[in-house]
Amino acid sequence: MIGTEMTQRLLDRNGLVFVGLLLAAAILVPLLALVAPAGSLLHMPPYVVALIGKYLCFALLALSLDLVWGYCGILSLGHGAFFALGGYAMGMYLMRQIGSRGVYANPDLPDFMVFLNWKSLPLTWWGFSSFPYAAVMALLAPGLLAFAFGWFAFRSRVTGVYLSIITQAMTYALQLAFFRNDMGFGGNNGLTDFKDILGFNVQAESTRLALFSLSALALIAGYLIARGIVTSKFGKVVIAIRDAESRTRFLGYRVETYKIVVFTVSAMMAGVAGALYVPQVGIINPGEFAPINSIEAVIWVSVGGRGTLAGAALGALLVNFAKTWFTDALPELWLFALGLLFIVVTVFMPKGILGLLDSMKPLRSPPVIASPTEAKQ
Amino acid sequence: MKKITHWRRHWSRALTIMLTLCCAGPAFADALDDAVAHFSADKFPQTQQAIDEIVASGAPTAPAILEALANNRLLFDPDEQKVYFSDENDNLYDLRTGEKATVESPDDLKKVRLNNAVRGTLQAAQGAMTLMAPDPAKRMASAREIFKSHEPLALPQIEAVLAAEKSPDVKAALSDARAAIIATTPDAPDASRLEAIDRLKARGDQDSQGMLAGIAASAQGQVKAAASAAAASVQARLALWSNVQNIFYGLSLGSVLLLAAIGLAITFGVMGVINMAHGEMVMLGAYTTFVTQQAIAAWRPGMADYSLLIAVPLAFIVTGAVGIAIERSIIRFLYGRPLETLLATFGLSLILQQAVRTLFGANNRQVSAPAFMAGSFDFGGLAITSGRLWIIVFALVVFILLQLVLRATSFGLRVRAVTQNRRMASSMGIDTNRIDALAFGLGSGIAGMAGVALSQIDNVSPNLGQSYIIDSFLVVVFGGVGNLWGTLVAALTLGIANKLLEPLIGAVLGKIAMLVFIILFIQKRPRGLFALKGRAVEA
Amino acid sequence: MSVAADNPVLTSSLLYLDGVSVSFDGYKALRELSLVLAPGEMRAIIGPNGAGKTTMMDIITGKTRADSGDIYFAGSHDLSHLDEAAIAELGVGRKFQKPTVFESHTVDDNILLALKAPRSAIATLFGRQPANERERIDRILETTRLKDHRARLAADLSHGQKQWLEIGMLLAQDPKLLLVDEPVAGMTDAETAQTAELLREIARDHSVVVVEHDMAFVRDLGVKVTVLHEGSVLAEGALDEVSADPRVIEVYLGR
Repeated sequence: MIGTEMTQRLLDRNGLVFVGLLLAAAILVPLLALVAPAGSLLHMPPYVVALIGKYLCFALLALSLDLVWGYCGILSLGHGAFFALGGYAMGMYLMRQIGSRGVYANPDLPDFMVFLNWKSLPLTWWGFSSFPYAAVMALLAPGLLAFAFGWFAFRSRVTGVYLSIITQAMTYALQLAFFRNDMGFGGNNGLTDFKDILGFNVQAESTRLALFSLSALALIAGYLIARGIVTSKFGKVVIAIRDAESRTRFLGYRVETYKIVVFTVSAMMAGVAGALYVPQVGIINPGEFAPINSIEAVIWVSVGGRGTLAGAALGALLVNFAKTWFTDALPELWLFALGLLFIVVTVFMPKGILGLLDSMKPLRSPPVIASPTEAKQ
Repeated sequence: MKKITHWRRHWSRALTIMLTLCCAGPAFADALDDAVAHFSADKFPQTQQAIDEIVASGAPTAPAILEALANNRLLFDPDEQKVYFSDENDNLYDLRTGEKATVESPDDLKKVRLNNAVRGTLQAAQGAMTLMAPDPAKRMASAREIFKSHEPLALPQIEAVLAAEKSPDVKAALSDARAAIIATTPDAPDASRLEAIDRLKARGDQDSQGMLAGIAASAQGQVKAAASAAAASVQARLALWSNVQNIFYGLSLGSVLLLAAIGLAITFGVMGVINMAHGEMVMLGAYTTFVTQQAIAAWRPGMADYSLLIAVPLAFIVTGAVGIAIERSIIRFLYGRPLETLLATFGLSLILQQAVRTLFGANNRQVSAPAFMAGSFDFGGLAITSGRLWIIVFALVVFILLQLVLRATSFGLRVRAVTQNRRMASSMGIDTNRIDALAFGLGSGIAGMAGVALSQIDNVSPNLGQSYIIDSFLVVVFGGVGNLWGTLVAALTLGIANKLLEPLIGAVLGKIAMLVFIILFIQKRPRGLFALKGRAVEA
Repeated sequence: MSVAADNPVLTSSLLYLDGVSVSFDGYKALRELSLVLAPGEMRAIIGPNGAGKTTMMDIITGKTRADSGDIYFAGSHDLSHLDEAAIAELGVGRKFQKPTVFESHTVDDNILLALKAPRSAIATLFGRQPANERERIDRILETTRLKDHRARLAADLSHGQKQWLEIGMLLAQDPKLLLVDEPVAGMTDAETAQTAELLREIARDHSVVVVEHDMAFVRDLGVKVTVLHEGSVLAEGALDEVSADPRVIEVYLGR
């Protein structure tokens, strides 16, 4: 069992509330849906479950981004790429599950390959009919990309905005690549028309409820892992790198190794988020690689408060609720609101909502992680 | 196409008049009569013979007759062996007299039939006839036509007009056509064929290459050797020209990149401000052009050709003012916090896009090109579009002007002073806030001017800026931050490399390859091609 | 290695620089700089602005690569191809001109991060806290007079306290050689005197190179002085000796 010391390390007051709420949601939402009759207040309508399930995936993405940006000062504008890669890994599994139920009823090839006149499955699709393999790939593909990218970028000491720009270029290049039909990932249309996952119908309410709970649990797991990292000595080094990178080097730490580790772990979390997202929305296409998606994720983190983990997740939930509301009620105003949010948060609320809450309680001891000072970048 | 049918109709009307007027001319009458008589045979070889003889007769009505033949309006009476032509309303005229003819049973008349061989002969004959047209442009077109068809039939006509031709251009075209005919005629003497092959080789275009390759395949001995050597040499030259053409396209793309990036080279490169709304400044410039054109069309339609010239300073002022407003209201609070600047200006870009979308709608807006930018011309083996050429010129002019402003004005001196040592500049009495605002305004204004040019080659839509922002940043970073020359070299290098890659691996892969290349390049040289080195930059 | 074996000066020295040159875009920051430091020695480096003092430190700590010349540490370690982390691990500590501490960490954590311990990511992620860690931190906080501030964030310290914290971090690193860049810049007189005392204390069991402008402070230290000028050594010896050297006077006062 985890000792009390460990528990205290992983769960501060914010964390307790955060994990508690998520755990409650993960258990109660499906439970009530089974017990309470449809239409009653306690029985969440399926579309709300799907919506919140989707937001939980975004929250995990935000959490992973906060780990690199809030704690290590690496502003990745390409985290959407890791999310999308995880999503594609899951999407490929779901495509293989369609089997001969596609339009062309080809048992060996997904519809789009039949359409392109392909005769056999490309090597990249090998193994994707197995769920464990797909799950591992959802971690490995983003992890390897992040490792390779970090290996080059961090070792040659690309930092600050330069790094941000090339992460953006990375996701943009991937978007262009995935648009191509001959990449073998469904081109423009991506992967869709999924039928079932592990034998359960993806459309069924019970499956949706299970996916919802899984997303909440994944978010809890992601939070605990991230907390474990940032509260360890490793995490202290990571924060030290954010505050004064060259000082950390002169103390004898291999900054690049630390960055690669954090970046890779974070990318894998984003990959899990993407993998959980795809069965809930029923589609993955190259649009997920669009640079704007990654930048939107950054604003979630900003809004919630970077360097707080729980805040990042909270920001993702809030901004996406707002987005859903706006695009429904005042669609033409949404981009104004989002743009304004970017400006207001960065200029007036650099610590985000959690930072604001903390500063309103001056009597509380300062959090372990205070204001990130990025002036030194 | 429309033009051509119109022209044809025009011709058939002229035909009626000409025939009426000229048929009296007795000198050609006999020859023409004999020629026309062949039509009645209703056999293709005879029809071809008729065409030959009509051309040879030199009759002034000959072009009109051939035109009627080409339009299927030549009819004959198989019994009486008389030939008629009809107009659009199926009125019949006697071919010899040009007078309106009445035929008892028009249904008995038969059309003079054409097949491909006859059509070829006919076309060449018509070409040969226009060789004598008074308009040099027509003669030129006809000579080119004959060159392409290299129809042996036209040879006598060419020989006839060649000596008398006054225009050197037309004369050269005629000689080319003659060479094409002789070179492709198997029974011509070897010596003249060799000479003709030399001429084709000197001409060196795609058509000549095709002909030479054809000769090389069919001819024997000396001629074959000469033709295949010439074909190979032309092939090599064409490949070279195609590379040069790609380089021109690359220069054109590079100048677009330069235009998009050059404003950023000021705001990001010199001032260190990450302005993600830079693309939207370009977009605003393009919309300024649109509004200017609309206003001119509404109030001063006569000045439509100058609308772009007027839009350039207007765009500079509009986007410059927007830039100054942005700097004063947002960016100045974020100096020294590049990542926050990046986010805030990204938010700003969303707002600007949506504002323009609300004002002008989401659809593309039409910005027309002035006359001097339309069209294209050939230069050696290059096809050059005027619009593209002007954009290259414009990009370079903007670049030079900017260099002048930064190097040779006191404003430029102050900008450099502030960016190099803010505190020192401030203590020397420079109003650094003002310089920051103006420099940012300058960068934004230049982006707006770029927008004027880009409105000519890209869709003017609220998303215009987005497609340039990543490229612009990569160009500035690749060239080396803070170095305008680096930006120039980077933009042109990337443009040319991109266009040279495109034919090899396709446009999308080419783009991906460039992105990957820059990502890797930045790893190797994080400070770009022309990096400032030393302690100062690390501070 | 053969160089080391053949050269008695090299084998007996802690730091050995020979003929080191660096240039930035044609500007020669160091020209043929040679310097030898004995184990346990404390040395003051003085020189006008642009003399190459900071560049010299950059070269030794691996921040900047030398264009030519030899740099050896502790007899046999060639520093010219190692990076900052490796050089720090060999036992070279550095204090920057501007105090750089980890502002969002507490004073305690700043020292903890500097404390001599395995530096690898695996060790920091999964390693256990050594038993004597507390005591070592306590001792250092005692020496640097920061014990009462140990729970505060480094960002909230005064300028002088930050300087001491940074020196404390160097002590925690327990390096063989300390490079200290202008430790008393911006300090009050009292702080300056205390700092001099602190450095002398440190010098008892470490080799130290101090770069300083403040002549009174250098006099306080009472150690051998090296005068740098335009990237090479102009004079070397006791402070009184070098300040009588006409060339030094010309560089500092002349022209």
